Amino acid sequence: MTSSPIEKVASATPETVARRIRGLSDRTIAWIFVGPSILLLLAVNIFPLIWTVRLSFTDFRVNRPNNEVSFVGLENYRRVLTDGDIWQTMQATAHFLIWTIVLQVLIGFALAWLINKKFRGNDLWTTIIVLPMMLSPAVVGNFWTFLYQPQIGLFNYAVTFFTGGDPAGFSMIGDVNLAPWAIVIADTWMWTPFVMLICLAGLRSIPDSIYEAAECDRASKWRQFWTLTVPMVLPFLMLAVLFRGIENFKMFDLVVQLTGGGPGNATELTSINLKREAFERWRTGYASAYAVILFVTVFGLASIYVKALNRVKQR
Amino acid sequence: MSYSVTEPSNETKWIAGILVIGYAIITILPLLWIIATGFKSSTDAIAYPPKVLFEPTLEGYVNLFTTRTRVTESDFAALPPPTTWYETIVRDQGLIIAGPSRYGERFLNSVIIGFGSTILCMVLGTAAAYAFSRFRVPLKDDLMFFILSTRMMPPIAVAIPIFLMFRSIGLSDTHLGMILLYTAVNLSLSVWLLKGFIDEIPVEYEEAALIDGYTRFQAFIKVVLPQAAAGIASTAIFCLIFAWNEYAFAVLLTSGNAQTAPPFIPTIIGTSGKDWPAVAAGATIFLMPVMVFTILLRKHLLRGITFGAVRK
Repeated sequence: MTSSPIEKVASATPETVARRIRGLSDRTIAWIFVGPSILLLLAVNIFPLIWTVRLSFTDFRVNRPNNEVSFVGLENYRRVLTDGDIWQTMQATAHFLIWTIVLQVLIGFALAWLINKKFRGNDLWTTIIVLPMMLSPAVVGNFWTFLYQPQIGLFNYAVTFFTGGDPAGFSMIGDVNLAPWAIVIADTWMWTPFVMLICLAGLRSIPDSIYEAAECDRASKWRQFWTLTVPMVLPFLMLAVLFRGIENFKMFDLVVQLTGGGPGNATELTSINLKREAFERWRTGYASAYAVILFVTVFGLASIYVKALNRVKQR
Repeated sequence: MSYSVTEPSNETKWIAGILVIGYAIITILPLLWIIATGFKSSTDAIAYPPKVLFEPTLEGYVNLFTTRTRVTESDFAALPPPTTWYETIVRDQGLIIAGPSRYGERFLNSVIIGFGSTILCMVLGTAAAYAFSRFRVPLKDDLMFFILSTRMMPPIAVAIPIFLMFRSIGLSDTHLGMILLYTAVNLSLSVWLLKGFIDEIPVEYEEAALIDGYTRFQAFIKVVLPQAAAGIASTAIFCLIFAWNEYAFAVLLTSGNAQTAPPFIPTIIGTSGKDWPAVAAGATIFLMPVMVFTILLRKHLLRGITFGAVRK
């Protein structure tokens, strides 16, 4: 028998310990195994969550710890929901969410469909396409500001190379109208491979025999695509949209490094707005209420979506 | 060759190949540009039109690891000639080395926190996943959903109380604090993935071991762990990559002592404005390990990024 490191550790376990454990029931072992994880999650996830909810009913400010904290009821929630800036933020977030999802679904599906044609070397190229999504969004986002520089930036150069015009004539991250697109482009570059991989798994799960049957029935390629391929990939595609939706709703690192929410508040997505309230303006109670509202929104939307997804799957 | 109705024709393959390769080249350009910029001089980096061919220099890398300062011309002239190659590079810019930069420390912090949290996460996660897979844990489905839902919260939202909590128990800006935090964040992913891997191991193996007189614990260590090794390894790489890339918690909860590389790299500046070659050099060193891991992981990639929802 080969002696892997794990086996060495196991055989090094003293007899006495082993004997003590022998007496334990499965039930006890189950709790010993699950317990530490639950404890850690309670301490680092649930406890802060409850604390956030509690803070959301107070006027506590982190930067003034000596001020008396008073209970203000639902005042913070009322202020969040009536704040004009928040609706601006929501619009920016909606623009970002909708366009990233639309572009990533279209490009991701198209790529998966092409890769599934199994041309030679498709594995290698798939791996290359996947690379951006595994990298640190903050570090890469920061570098995209360099690519977006007017005049010297590679992006501006490439765009004006094909369209003509002056590479110094526009600034993707300095212009109120272009900045929302700058973050959409960077996010699409980064996360299209995610949608692509999931679609590819969907395409590969379709058995060849179905297409052979369709061919016998003389269904056109066009018809096969819309009545076989698309419906069978749909559950996978919906799953990809769910993941991208949740991730981009809480988007922070890439965008904060790219535009910092600017210019003005043109790209101030919810997470960036929340960070400003909590860690720059130090309105802790207000920010907590805001956080609770966001969490409930994501959770609610995700639950409804998962129900819809399950219905599609069952069909 | 037999004719198949589902096998795409050669022309289709050619067209598909050209389109995909075209996209791959466009998508890899920014990454190649980061690597290239790291080897450019500061004037080449901001040249117009962007320079594809340039004389490579290690200026960016030297600037990344050093802090430099300007001295008066007479002092500069009076200096003894540079003794090392990196001193020469700094002198050529008309500067002298003032000391090491903080990049090394920040990188080391990323390594310590990344590996620390990954190891802890694997120990806790494998145990929990085994229990969820093999035993009847009360409220099992609720617990699994609870573990998953912790991922829906924007990090900023929980950062406020974690910030307060860490401050009150002395964990703010410490390696231990960040290790515990990243472990908790990654636990959902690892339990979910590992349960999938352990579910795939036939339970008969353990039953045979139990009949042979192994205890449950021994069976877990000697039978289940070796068989789950590949799954554990790929899950570990996912946790490592996540901890490595994490930015939001790092920027909010660390400053001097335990700061990791992602919040640090964007703050690198030279003596006159942003030093892009140094930033690119720092990014290259930081991103390279992940690129290598991605290539190693490619078979398990899909499973990892979808929480095991898509397996193949």
